Amino acid sequence: MFQIYCPYCEELREEEEFHPKGQAHIVRPANPEACSDEEWGDYLFFRDNPRGIHHELWVHAVGCRKFFNVTRHTVSYAILETYKIGEQPSVTAEPAVSESTTSTDDVRQGVRA
Amino acid sequence: MNQQVQRLAQGGRIDRSRPLDFTFNGQTYQGYHGDTLASALLANGVDIVNRSFKYSRPRGIVAAGAEEPNAVVQLGASEAAQVPNVRATQQALYAGLVARSTNGWPSVQKDLMGVVGKVGGKFMPPGFYYKTFMAPASMWMTYEKYIRKSAGLGRSPAEADPDIYDHRNGHCEVLVIGAGPSGLAAALAAARSGVRVILADEQEAMGGSLLDSRETLDGKPADQWVADVLEELSGLANVTLLPRTTANGYHDHNFVTLHERRTEHLADCAPRTAEGARQSRARLHRVRAGQVILATGAHERPLVYAGNDVPGNLLAGAVSTYIRRYGVVPGNKLVLSVSNDHAYRAALDWHDAGREVVAIVDAREAPDGDLVGEARERGIRVITGSAVIEAKGANRVSAARVARIDIDGFRVAGPVETLACDCVASSGGYSPVIHLASHTGARPTWNDGILGFVPTLVDGVHAAGGAHGIYALGEVLADGVAVGSQAAAATGGEAAEVALPASQAIAESPACALYQVPHEKPTLRAPKQFVDLQNDVTAAAIELATREGFESIEHVKRYTAMGFGTDQGKLGNINGMAIAARCLKRTIPEVGTTVFRPNYTPVTFGAIVGRHCGELFDPERYTALHQWHVENGAEFEDVGQWKRPWYYPRKQGGKLETMHEAVARECRAVREGVGILDASTLGKIDIQGPDAREFLARIYTNKWEKLAVGKCRYGLMCKDDGMVTDDGVTSCLADNHFVMTTTTGGAAAILEWLELWHQTEWPELDVTFTSVTDHWATMTVTGPKSRALLAELTDDIDLDRESFKFMDWREGTVAGVPARVFRISFTGELTFEINVQAHYAMHVWKALFEHGKKYQLTPYGTETMHVLRAEKGFIIVGQDTDGSVTPEDLGMQWCVGYDKPFSWIGKRALTRSDTARSDRKQLVGLRPKDPKVVLEEGAQIVFDPNHAIPMPMVGHVTSSYYSPTLDSGFALAVVKGGQQRMGESVYLPMADGSVHEAEITSTIFIDPKGERQHV
Repeated sequence: MFQIYCPYCEELREEEEFHPKGQAHIVRPANPEACSDEEWGDYLFFRDNPRGIHHELWVHAVGCRKFFNVTRHTVSYAILETYKIGEQPSVTAEPAVSESTTSTDDVRQGVRA
Repeated sequence: MNQQVQRLAQGGRIDRSRPLDFTFNGQTYQGYHGDTLASALLANGVDIVNRSFKYSRPRGIVAAGAEEPNAVVQLGASEAAQVPNVRATQQALYAGLVARSTNGWPSVQKDLMGVVGKVGGKFMPPGFYYKTFMAPASMWMTYEKYIRKSAGLGRSPAEADPDIYDHRNGHCEVLVIGAGPSGLAAALAAARSGVRVILADEQEAMGGSLLDSRETLDGKPADQWVADVLEELSGLANVTLLPRTTANGYHDHNFVTLHERRTEHLADCAPRTAEGARQSRARLHRVRAGQVILATGAHERPLVYAGNDVPGNLLAGAVSTYIRRYGVVPGNKLVLSVSNDHAYRAALDWHDAGREVVAIVDAREAPDGDLVGEARERGIRVITGSAVIEAKGANRVSAARVARIDIDGFRVAGPVETLACDCVASSGGYSPVIHLASHTGARPTWNDGILGFVPTLVDGVHAAGGAHGIYALGEVLADGVAVGSQAAAATGGEAAEVALPASQAIAESPACALYQVPHEKPTLRAPKQFVDLQNDVTAAAIELATREGFESIEHVKRYTAMGFGTDQGKLGNINGMAIAARCLKRTIPEVGTTVFRPNYTPVTFGAIVGRHCGELFDPERYTALHQWHVENGAEFEDVGQWKRPWYYPRKQGGKLETMHEAVARECRAVREGVGILDASTLGKIDIQGPDAREFLARIYTNKWEKLAVGKCRYGLMCKDDGMVTDDGVTSCLADNHFVMTTTTGGAAAILEWLELWHQTEWPELDVTFTSVTDHWATMTVTGPKSRALLAELTDDIDLDRESFKFMDWREGTVAGVPARVFRISFTGELTFEINVQAHYAMHVWKALFEHGKKYQLTPYGTETMHVLRAEKGFIIVGQDTDGSVTPEDLGMQWCVGYDKPFSWIGKRALTRSDTARSDRKQLVGLRPKDPKVVLEEGAQIVFDPNHAIPMPMVGHVTSSYYSPTLDSGFALAVVKGGQQRMGESVYLPMADGSVHEAEITSTIFIDPKGERQHV
């Protein structure tokens, strides 16, 4: 079970208080009528499914009811940061792996399969 | 009563002054306080504790802890107290304990299924049951029933559990799992640094291997040091000691579930406290720890040799534990087969107990460690370069066949000597207990130095001692202190001194890698060599699996079922991987390991459920009028968490009405007189702000700009894919103040939906949302006589049909309390929805009934509500829609503002090629040709019932009822292109072969012009 820092409450709280709402930073096109069917379909249905860094939208559903963003590693499930709506993530790439340590990916391969 | 023939006169951590009677398979025995069920059974010379799962072979106790594969028993003296799946090695003995074997039919001594084992016999390969009993396929269910019965895996009680269980949230800076030498040292170091420490240990007593160690600390028996440390820890306020507590699952972000067995060492049902209070039988601790220290030690690996499952084959370490901790010698004549020095202590302990050690058979050519020397000094015969290749005996070991072996060549390299004995103990080395570290998802890595997998650790997790392959006692203690200090420092602890006790330096010669012992015959023809005792997986089965092309260890595991038992292959997995590696000519790290998952040992459902059972299973929501409904005999329906009156059966001629009769009566009352519904569960969201109107226009499909104060409007809500997600009436209270109603089940989700758009897309809109569902009670008074009734209860609301119009709302008083009255209708009849603050609801409701007597005011429930609304073609979102239905599919274009300035949620999607198709499934009415037929909801619809199978299915029934007004069945349905097929027939083939014919009609069955709501 995750422990998530709500950037509005400024506290670490249990996952039970939150709902995940999918990929973050999906902007609704300002002029939907100007979109082709394909563009509108992309906005509606197509989402990233990365192995690694993922920016997600969560809501503190039974807390402050605020939506916010989470940068989560989809292999280790580590939460690397949380930030408010309207802000941009500061973690956008995997930290470089030093030669002496094994990368998390290798260690955990196939585990969640 | 049987004698404790194998009990030593002295020694062990048992209390011989406290004898305890217990029953096993109907036979009464005696053990002592401090025994486990396993040690007591061994003391009484009980050899066979179970029959094996597949071959039905007799099985005895092998281990002394959580890794035990055979001695899995059913516990409980009464039916209600039955607990399956208990390892006798982990069950403390108490007076009156009743246990049974879980396997063996009709009994473990005489087993009929043993015959199957012999028939399948010589060789019962993986997949035997499937391959043998597969044909005819239809009989598999029958075969399986009997095979399962004879195999048996314990059974759940047929009566309710009398015990209570609970959960507790725990918080600490350092959680130490395991209270052996490394765990105690780590906990001591962390505790002295001042941080909060939880120390959990699965055994009856803390101390782990130190409780049966031959070694001394500071010149004293090792368990004296354990007592000293525990005394200090128990005196510290920042330390919580949890004995009899297994860390069963390691979850994300250092969340660990601990299963504490609070009374299972006392009785099979939790006894009352001295004050007579109930106490929980087990407790699940949900611990969020800053740092976790895995001090879980190591499991000894048995060697895999022929006949290694006959009772009397034990782990070397278990032999030492039974002798030193419980004062029980599990036999008289021991042959010990080893690959390492440490296991020699079993022979020394056996010798100390005054029994005969026939021989130590060591696979190494020239072992010369201190323990080897001690054995030789005592005159014990040590046979080197050799191993026990086969244990002989039927129900108990009678001899060991010993031979020189060539490990690299995997062959027997010399003549076989047969040694008479009644116990063969083996040790093939030690496997760190890496299960919890595996739960994090981290793959363990093979360490050639210790011949075992060591855990890979994610942030915040540490391993100490045996858990990562450090075995010498002095090093284990030092490691524990170092890791404990490190974890404490990481969480803000202050550096603290811990003086290590002096331990003995014991020189050990290196172990050799031996897993499966070669036999004179090749593996596939040799007598069975068991790898996984609980699932009856043999070395031959693994070899066969690799020959059949299974190369991945995960596939080998699934094909052979290795490690699938309740023991999760704690003893067998590494041996199985080694055998697969040998067969595939690879190394163990190349073959890799399978993944361990929670739980480490079985957890009872009681502990998992805690208090969330019975009436606390899920919250129930009641309206303010609930008590009245109960008193008036309502049957209830669950709608989300709400309990809603379903219908109100009355006694008619001494008999209670059926639902059909009650609903018919309630429907007639509404259509002809006046009825009343408790509609308080409707979701209500108070929306305020200068931009409230603009927000509504964006979120709803229809227009809101001109809705005046005092007016109401029905609205449809779509997701941005154009599919209907909610509907309801929203009323304008003031120019910047609205109250929205939502479907009962959707209230919370819709509030979140509104917040989502406001917070993420349109933060510039000045608007706020507040749930007021529980603040207001809603009473729907409906029927031609509703105006007359309401007129008796209000004098400040003008009910005249011309001034208080349909889709208006008025503020005033009803029965003397402030109310909002809405003239909206979900029945098609003249309707007044009275909203009052919830605490006034009962007063108003009762006043309505007082005045309603002369109108035969009739309460109705959700079933009648459904019939009445369906007769009018009013949809229920979630019943007549399923997330793939657009407003146009519903024929509700009248509710779509195509020309609104803002491209509202769902608009763009309505012109996508798929949503614009004309052959989409569209909502229509259905009238069965036979009016007595009520179509099944969910029934599939076809155009041509004579079409060859498979028939193209063109839709399904969404709502279907009997209408007392029409005296006919009727239905709502979605049908492909249905709106263009009015009057056509469709067909509904049923599971019993019959076919119903129905005519496509309008969705409105009664009063198509809507005149009745204007009376």
